[in-house]
Amino acid sequence: MKVALFIPCYVDQFYPEVGMATVQVLESFGVDVCFPEQQTCCGQPMANSGCMPEARPLAEKFVETFTDFDYVVSPSGSCVSMVRNHYDHLVSPHDQQAATVRRQTLELSEFLLQVLHLQSVPGSYPHRVGLHQSCHGLRELRLGPCSESMTPRQSLLQQLLGGFTGISFSQLQRRDECCGFGGTFAVAEEAVSAMMGEDRINDHLQAGTEVLTAGDMSCLMHLDGIIRRRKLPIKVLHYAQIMAQAMQQVPATQLLAAVGQT
Amino acid sequence: MGHPALAADFTADRERARWHDRALWFVREKRDRMATGVPEWELLRETASAIKRHTQSLMADYLQQFEANATRHGAVVHWAADAAEHNRIVLAILQQHRVQRLVKSKSMLTEECHLNPYLEEHGIQVVDTDLGERIVQLREEPPSHIVLPAIHIKKEEVGECFHQHLGTEKGAADPKYLTEAARGHLRSCFCEADAGLTGVNFAIAETGGIVICTNEGNADLGIGLPKIHIACMGMEKLLPRTADLSVFLRLLARSATGQPITTYSSHFHGPQQGGELHIVIVDNGRSEILHSEFRQSLDCIRCGACMNTCPVYRRSGGHSYESTVPGPIGSILTPLQSPAQHSTLPFACSLCGSCTDVCPVKIPLHHQLFAMRERLDQQQLIGLSKKLQMKALSVIMSTTWLYSLVGRMARLALRVLPKALIQNPLTPAGQWARQRELPEAPAKSFRQLYAERQQQQTAHRPSEPHSSAPERTTHAEI
Repeated sequence: MKVALFIPCYVDQFYPEVGMATVQVLESFGVDVCFPEQQTCCGQPMANSGCMPEARPLAEKFVETFTDFDYVVSPSGSCVSMVRNHYDHLVSPHDQQAATVRRQTLELSEFLLQVLHLQSVPGSYPHRVGLHQSCHGLRELRLGPCSESMTPRQSLLQQLLGGFTGISFSQLQRRDECCGFGGTFAVAEEAVSAMMGEDRINDHLQAGTEVLTAGDMSCLMHLDGIIRRRKLPIKVLHYAQIMAQAMQQVPATQLLAAVGQT
Repeated sequence: MGHPALAADFTADRERARWHDRALWFVREKRDRMATGVPEWELLRETASAIKRHTQSLMADYLQQFEANATRHGAVVHWAADAAEHNRIVLAILQQHRVQRLVKSKSMLTEECHLNPYLEEHGIQVVDTDLGERIVQLREEPPSHIVLPAIHIKKEEVGECFHQHLGTEKGAADPKYLTEAARGHLRSCFCEADAGLTGVNFAIAETGGIVICTNEGNADLGIGLPKIHIACMGMEKLLPRTADLSVFLRLLARSATGQPITTYSSHFHGPQQGGELHIVIVDNGRSEILHSEFRQSLDCIRCGACMNTCPVYRRSGGHSYESTVPGPIGSILTPLQSPAQHSTLPFACSLCGSCTDVCPVKIPLHHQLFAMRERLDQQQLIGLSKKLQMKALSVIMSTTWLYSLVGRMARLALRVLPKALIQNPLTPAGQWARQRELPEAPAKSFRQLYAERQQQQTAHRPSEPHSSAPERTTHAEI
């Protein structure tokens, strides 16, 4: 199985430790990952701004970069959603290669649970964790139950982290409201964006969150920016970092045993 | 002014913005409880969407069928190509009957057509009889929500408004007292009116009947007392069969206010005895939308659920949209009509997708907003500076070495340049940093760390390149 790692541009530049944690988690489960160095950006900032001619070369570059792999795995639901759900007008509908790459581009938790079929992940994480449900992971990739929708769904993130000894999850008043990042929205609508972030953080404060985590560093970059400005006692980590840390003391054989029948 | 500036004004009063947010979230939660109580909720949504799709594919046929059946019942059907024609038709009917006083129940269509000021210019007194609409009418402002027109106003402010206009006690803010006062005032308006105008929630092609849903019964009173009833509807209000109502009536009130059904769902087939019923069917740009990629925005049944759930709407208030229909659906419909004046609306959205999941007729609202941004770019309406930024970003990201170089420079700049320079409020970084810290820039990017690790692994363990965890601690200790 040839697995490529797609590390979104801003994670590459600002959160290298999240990329490294992703590598560590994947390798712990025996996955041989490769990082194609040609990769840059999925094109989401341009597409979300309406600039499709500017997004197109990046969609083409993405497909070209990741063509020879069985899976493309990324620690970002938002970028994965861009590739899977929003390349329709950017690549030719007749391009089989592009269709294959798009279909096989998976968010990390999807890959771990739906391809590796991980059974309860061993590890220890004695902290109160606040899950921020990043919108694109939640409502575009359906990585968990949405409060608006009556269709029952399993939370992939909770499945991955829930087995760690000592972990507890914050009970939020609004379990899946948007944090207000929204890409260029964070700057174009700065006032509303900041207020949305503030409200999310207040919810986590009342719920006793020690560690705030999510599947998208972009949401966390925004929330962390507010937490640091207000000097609040909440630590912000991508869930891959939590996994890497929780599994640190677990023997390699035990981790490999968590991998299910593929 | 545009949405960002108006929204900034609204959020500046944090207390009030939070109060507004909580009031609407309360409605959203009521809706959730109602939806949870219907096991087939998602099937209902799917069915509603399918009925709308079917109806729109045969729109012309169903409209003609409706006209024939409504006429058979004695109604007069009028066709208006646009807002101006709609207003002329209504005025002509009123003038023909020498109407001086008109009572209106809620109709977003007449808001869209700006009917009230037009009629007032022609000497006709118009009274909105929905309580919320009456409040905003007395305050001389537009509704801020399509279902809850006065949701932005606190009860103390209603008390002040009623004190000025209806003579209630100064400082009174008891909702029951104020509502009683409004009832008394509106009762006399109903009795004195020469004609009643209503909106239409559903028009049934197979029967020629119309259905009007209210909680206050004001539509029924307004057309039960005067002999002339004018019903104005956008052509998308059409449903093929009466049976289809079983789907839509179950969805409408649950989605709108978290009620199982509106207090009144009144069916009208033709005029009352000795009276007249005029049905004005309005296009006003709808035919064009019907044949565009935004077709599904015409499925909207005006429940307002997308507003109640929208985290931006809840914190920026309806007036920040400067549009008859605010919120997610308004940010599609309004720029379709006047893109240049409303080019900021599709960007007043974090693309969270909550509206799409809450919509009872499954309009892919956030995907339509995404598509609307593309249309605005094609119309050169997204702003030159944004366009240039995206062009530059596209060039940088298309070339890997250039991307790496720019990334390295940006990180270096963040680390060494003085904060005052980086956080210049005129730059995007400065905007970001108004209420948030910028991310801390690491010395090395992921690709640098990864390459170093690969080198070390090949140097130290050439025979087993993938056998162990990375050398570097890859997570922050808490």
